[in-house]
Amino acid sequence: MSAAGEKDYQASPSPRLAPGAGRVVGQRVTRLEDAPLVRGDGMFAADVSFPRQLAMRVVRSPIAHGRLLSIDTAAARALPGVHAVWTAADVADIPPIPFRATKVRGLEPYCQPILAAGRVRYAGEPLAVVFADDAYLAEDAADLVVPDIEELPPVLDATAEPAEFLPGHSTEPTVVRKEYGDVAAAFRDAHAIVELALSVGRHSGVPLETRGAIARYDASRDLLELHGAAKKQHWNRDEIARLLGRPPAGVHLFEGHVGGGFGVRGELYPEDLLVCLAALRLRRPVKWIEDRREHMVATNHSRQQHHRIRAAVDGQGRLLAIDDVFFHDQGGYVRTHGARVVDLAAGMLPGPYRLPAYRVAGHFRLTNKTPAATYRAPGRFETTFVRERVMDAIAARLGLDRVEVRRRNLVTPAEMPHARPLDTLGTAVVLDSGDYPGLLDTALDRFGWTALQADLARRRGAGECVGAGIGFFVEKSGLGPSDGVRIAVDKTGGVELISGAASVGQGVETVLAQICAEALGIDYRRVRVVRGRTDRIEFGNGAHASRVTVMSGSATYRAALAVRAMALETAAGLLQAAASELSIVDGHVVRLADPGAPLMPLGEVARHMGPDSALMVGRTPGLSAERWFHSAHMTYPYGVHLAVVRIDRGTGEVRVERYLVANDIGRAINPMLVEGQLAGGFVQGLGGALFEEFRYDETGQPLSTTFADYLIPTLAEVPPLDLIVSEQAPSPLNPLGVKGAGEGGTNGVGAAIASAVDDALRRPGAVVSLPILPRTVHALLRT
Amino acid sequence: MKPPVFEYHRPASLTEAVDMLGGLENARLLAGGQSLMPMLAMRFAFPDHLIDLNRIPALAGIAEDGGTLRVGAMTRQRDLLDHPVVRARLPMLAEALEQVGHRQTRNRGTVGGSLCHLDPAAELVAVATALDAELEIAGPRGARTLPMAAFPLGFMTPALEPDELLTGLRFALPALPQGACFTEFARRHGDYAIVSAAAILWPRDGRIGRASITLGGVGPVPVRLEAAEAALAGQRADAESFAAAAACCGALDPMDDAQVPAWYRRRLAATLVRRALTTAWERADVR
Amino acid sequence: MHDVTLCLNGDVHRIRVEARRTLLDAIREDCGATGTHAGCEHGVCGACTVLLDGEPVRSCLMFAVQADGRELRTVEGLAKDGVLHKLQQSFIDHHALQCGYCTPGFLMLAAGLIEADPDLSDAALIDGLSANLCRCTGYANIVAAVRAVLGRAPS
Ligand SMILES: Cc1cc2nc3c(=O)[nH]c(=O)nc-3n(C[C@@H](O)[C@H](O)[C@H](O)COP(=O)(O)OP(=O)(O)OC[C@H]3O[C@@H](n4cnc5c(N)ncnc54)[C@H](O)[C@@H]3O)c2cc1C
Ligand code: FES
Ligand code: FES
Repeated sequence: MSAAGEKDYQASPSPRLAPGAGRVVGQRVTRLEDAPLVRGDGMFAADVSFPRQLAMRVVRSPIAHGRLLSIDTAAARALPGVHAVWTAADVADIPPIPFRATKVRGLEPYCQPILAAGRVRYAGEPLAVVFADDAYLAEDAADLVVPDIEELPPVLDATAEPAEFLPGHSTEPTVVRKEYGDVAAAFRDAHAIVELALSVGRHSGVPLETRGAIARYDASRDLLELHGAAKKQHWNRDEIARLLGRPPAGVHLFEGHVGGGFGVRGELYPEDLLVCLAALRLRRPVKWIEDRREHMVATNHSRQQHHRIRAAVDGQGRLLAIDDVFFHDQGGYVRTHGARVVDLAAGMLPGPYRLPAYRVAGHFRLTNKTPAATYRAPGRFETTFVRERVMDAIAARLGLDRVEVRRRNLVTPAEMPHARPLDTLGTAVVLDSGDYPGLLDTALDRFGWTALQADLARRRGAGECVGAGIGFFVEKSGLGPSDGVRIAVDKTGGVELISGAASVGQGVETVLAQICAEALGIDYRRVRVVRGRTDRIEFGNGAHASRVTVMSGSATYRAALAVRAMALETAAGLLQAAASELSIVDGHVVRLADPGAPLMPLGEVARHMGPDSALMVGRTPGLSAERWFHSAHMTYPYGVHLAVVRIDRGTGEVRVERYLVANDIGRAINPMLVEGQLAGGFVQGLGGALFEEFRYDETGQPLSTTFADYLIPTLAEVPPLDLIVSEQAPSPLNPLGVKGAGEGGTNGVGAAIASAVDDALRRPGAVVSLPILPRTVHALLRT
Repeated sequence: MKPPVFEYHRPASLTEAVDMLGGLENARLLAGGQSLMPMLAMRFAFPDHLIDLNRIPALAGIAEDGGTLRVGAMTRQRDLLDHPVVRARLPMLAEALEQVGHRQTRNRGTVGGSLCHLDPAAELVAVATALDAELEIAGPRGARTLPMAAFPLGFMTPALEPDELLTGLRFALPALPQGACFTEFARRHGDYAIVSAAAILWPRDGRIGRASITLGGVGPVPVRLEAAEAALAGQRADAESFAAAAACCGALDPMDDAQVPAWYRRRLAATLVRRALTTAWERADVR
Repeated sequence: MHDVTLCLNGDVHRIRVEARRTLLDAIREDCGATGTHAGCEHGVCGACTVLLDGEPVRSCLMFAVQADGRELRTVEGLAKDGVLHKLQQSFIDHHALQCGYCTPGFLMLAAGLIEADPDLSDAALIDGLSANLCRCTGYANIVAAVRAVLGRAPS
């Protein structure tokens, strides 16, 4: 294995961060982000306002599928305070929204135009936009826009035979296929074959802050600014520039505070382009704030898949092959993610198990619903549910213990790194490191699994309907290819860290500051992290796929070490000492021999490196460095979820009594933040397992359009959660040894709860779909 | 989700409110706003006039008056929930109120607003029916009273003329020892019930003297489970009797939709009836 | 248009608004106090929670005209003389926020709950805090933060 990143850091003078807790890395320090947020000083999208701004309101399709015959905008235009009303004809020069990820040939005709032309493909699709003096008025005007749509029968079932979705275009533009090993032979020779049909419901990230976009055009500098951006500023900037025919340097994106991302926020959506275009054309700032009902039909949905899976096993319950055919319900358009979720599902399904042969066909199907894309643990929440259902089924089939079947199939530490003849996201799947059986034992032990079984048996004897479940998962994180960080020390010893990363509320600033502070020898609170803006750094890969800590963190580490080396070299000259005898402690240069005696503050060193300093003649001034980290491979965190559930026989309600997430993430920069990620991720998983679902009626009308219908768990639904943040297997792929921690809390929840519900019902295989609804359970109790 | 344009009126007295209600076209009363505001925000309602009842002091307040508790229509759900007489003498009412929304919504939401909004799943509607509350109504033709059982005419349709408003309600304070329980099934804490059951048992000689069973969320209006009430009278209070009473739910003809099919509502009703009766009996003073 | 006087964190704001303007929008747009957030505008998420005469209410479910002359407290009013309110500090110490969008609503809800009952039981605390939605934290740290202010050890 010759990962570029590995070579890169090995070749450089930067060593690996030594294992064990550091001075500030590995510590539970409080977050730099928090003070403004608890004071109400945050700057979320809706908090951004400019003088003379107009409010934009989107007129959305009331029906799921139809021919758009005409749109009457006369009454809306006539309303005082309305400045413009646009339909597709007004924006015909703007190309549809392109793909960023997982481009698959054949998907292009399914890209979304910024306003519907000719056809509407889902209820909620933008048909027209209104620009008015304020949001109230804009909504009044939008109500006066009357579309004439000839209804067509909607396509709502992604498992139906492929048919025509659009004239000349099928509901199935592509099938993602992956295969290795001799699948046919494995099934032929199998001791047993289990076969399951499993579904995962449509749900999504649904952050508490809805989307927002505020554009303003500064004619004096010929500069277009977009505020309210998130996650992928640089890519979005480049695309907005391209689609609007401007040079990238003439467009800047700004991420303020972001009220949750979870995969859905920060993609390039029609509204982002519409506000930009309007700011250019109307020469006034334009503000759009999505309302909650819009959010539920406009922002990316996710997850909906149906799997028909078969597994061949030997007499010991060892997997010989898996053959999976699944149907991915994409909705009405293909958005920026292309076929990413299907690709991830296909690539990650085998998870932690040794699998000699594998074949998968992911049918990418269009339906007349809101377009779908990624949501925390995309393709993994779904396939962990599916795979772990299979493991339970194997156990039941062979009369084996559920844990034992897993143990027999887990890839062992001796087999690491474990390369699968499989790829996902364009990179080969190489499980880089891990002790899967070890973590399983740790988790079972901590949960008291053995004693628990006895306790559950006793409770069942007393009439209770209780059970325990398990789900093992493998995550992926640290998607490359690269990230850069620039670190500069000012004359006061303050440090500015500029990164191309983004923050969607997960604590990026604190984590990068901790890494920087560790390497540089300063207080992390002296580090000011700049992120999420295109005007301070020319490249950036944003925040997604649990990549920030791995990629930007590694780049930070390297840049900070470089700054440190520069500082020591300069200080050595000033102090008449050898650089190797010096160190930096608490922001002061010290002698290694006497670290308690500060010799010179870091700011002083920076001052000596300023442009006016005699020392810098003939050199580039500044105590600053930019460093990059490249990686060709992803790193794979892993873990176990364990659940205990109680079912109310009278109502079918499933209550999770307690839960454990164990996750190996190589190294925790800040264990408190890692635990926060796991806890929050878990509750989102709980939502997908038991509560949340975007439902549609038979005409394609969305039924989950409010927070009263789309059931996000409240505190009262959340069980006590135990967390094991394991650092057993530092990643060899980066100098910090870190793996992403963003998604492991979510990944296995559907799997573990399904397993526990089966156990409570004493019916292996009873759960075949998520979310597990009380009425479904109630029906199972009666049959 | 911004409310549509309307004209705002803030009467200072009941007479003024009644006059406005009779005089203004397409007017709507604004009580706690906890149901009406979301409807306005979603633009499900388009009143030309909103008459805000929040600054008519006479409409709010709780008073014990002989054997009854009088509650003004504009009394906040929170105030009723915290009232010592309710806690002591009408614990089932408190039990129901605890399950109406959350602290913030109960701080604003009113007792009258909930009854007039008449959501089929509303806890107060079910419990006011179970407790045989008497409603006080005012209009241009004067005041009248109406038993709660006659108030719901159909799905979210109270027996009010367009120019009438609810001014208050009276609960008879129980004289005889009795046990009562309100219980519900909701998906999340604070959500509207899917189905709720209110049971009151009057013991006599160690047996059930009389029973009252009311179901919310089953039909468009609360349902009295009369068959079960009759069957329970004179019975022993044991699991068997309660199960038999619950079985009467099999004859219900509940609302049916994709999310909560009729069969499931029936089974929820049976479960809740059994549980409410069991708890009510535990609470009854059988001595 | 209506002339409305809002007493917000002790400051008097005289604003002129349409009757239909929600209290939430008036606080944010007319008084410029954007710490109070909109999460749903239909009363379910609690992000817009403010204290009205000391009691937590959802500011998206009231019209600004209705708050005329009443006393309002928002997250901006919690810290005094630059010193964080103990709830604010506890939220930081317990990592009770991630994106921070729900935080002002939770802080005001918690402030209202504990001011009304400084001896709030755990059950009442959980019941009370279940009113608001948080999509990031999983809630446990929020409960821990408030319990700490009530002088209770982590559970
Ligand atoms: C998050 C949330 C959760 C909720 N959960 C529940 C729940 O679990 N159970 C439940 O029952 N409710 C629930 N509700 C609604 C409840 O809070 C409302 O208080 C109640 O439904 C209406 O009362 P109101 O005073 O707010 O009335 P408003 O919303 O002001 O008015 C409701 C309707 O009644 C009419 N009206 C009001 N007062 C009178 C009167 N005196 N005479 C004639 N007509 C009148 C109004 O014109 C309007 O049509 C919830 C609300 C929210 C926001
Ligand atoms: S914004 Fe008011 S409750 Fe959600
Ligand atoms: S911290 Fe993000 S919603 Fe609560």
